[in-house]
Amino acid sequence: MMTVADIVKALNLKVFSGAGGLDREVSGGYVSDLLSDVMGKADAGQVWITLQTHKNVMAIASLKDLAAVILVSGYKPAENTAEQSEEENIPILGTDKSAFEVTGELYTLIK
Amino acid sequence: MEHHEFNIEGGDFTRAGYASSQVKKMLKQMGVDVAIIKRTVVAAYEAEVNVVAHAYSGAMYVDINREEVKIELRDQGPGIEDIEQAMQEGYSTASSAVREMGFGAGMGLSNMKKNADELHIESEPGKGTRVVIRMQLNATTGD
Repeated sequence: MMTVADIVKALNLKVFSGAGGLDREVSGGYVSDLLSDVMGKADAGQVWITLQTHKNVMAIASLKDLAAVILVSGYKPAENTAEQSEEENIPILGTDKSAFEVTGELYTLIK
Repeated sequence: MEHHEFNIEGGDFTRAGYASSQVKKMLKQMGVDVAIIKRTVVAAYEAEVNVVAHAYSGAMYVDINREEVKIELRDQGPGIEDIEQAMQEGYSTASSAVREMGFGAGMGLSNMKKNADELHIESEPGKGTRVVIRMQLNATTGD
């Protein structure tokens, strides 16, 4: 199974925080900016693609046991978001590409 | 039966999810089935966020044994005028600031209903709301 590190390398992603979790295994992905949608529908081991940068993103990533978060379109995590990512060892990754582009690339990579 | 209490501050989104993460830890330690933990976490988190997003203050009261967990949230807040309407997916009274964070999509209560074994909501407009979530656990350890 592919790890977060494999995805970082293949999609040329930035690692903002949580590098301790780069060996997490990736089971799939979920794309949404609505937190309750992610809460209800995402599953453990998935990579969450979003433009939300505040700390609640990490609360959800942790509660749902997600593998990593990818911030799109050049967004950067808030300071306390990155801090929690470090504590939980759930990486926050980044790209300048849009959600559409990075989702397409990730889907092709892991399908 | 173990009892735990967590205060929840209205408007403090930086702490939202803390109480639910503690519940998740307890269930994991007890060896509860992963699928049951997942459903419990969704229901508890949505209830916790509702207190943060809508109330002035509140608390989560957790009573847990190996058969069952009861998660009760009581808040001091505006309450819910029409619970049936609030239960409809997509209906929300959240502020625009809360919506910009990605909350307030009107999915919280339906997430709670879908995931809880039992859900009870009562509210007094102008005073506050009481939510009770019950989950059957069938845990392998714990007391």
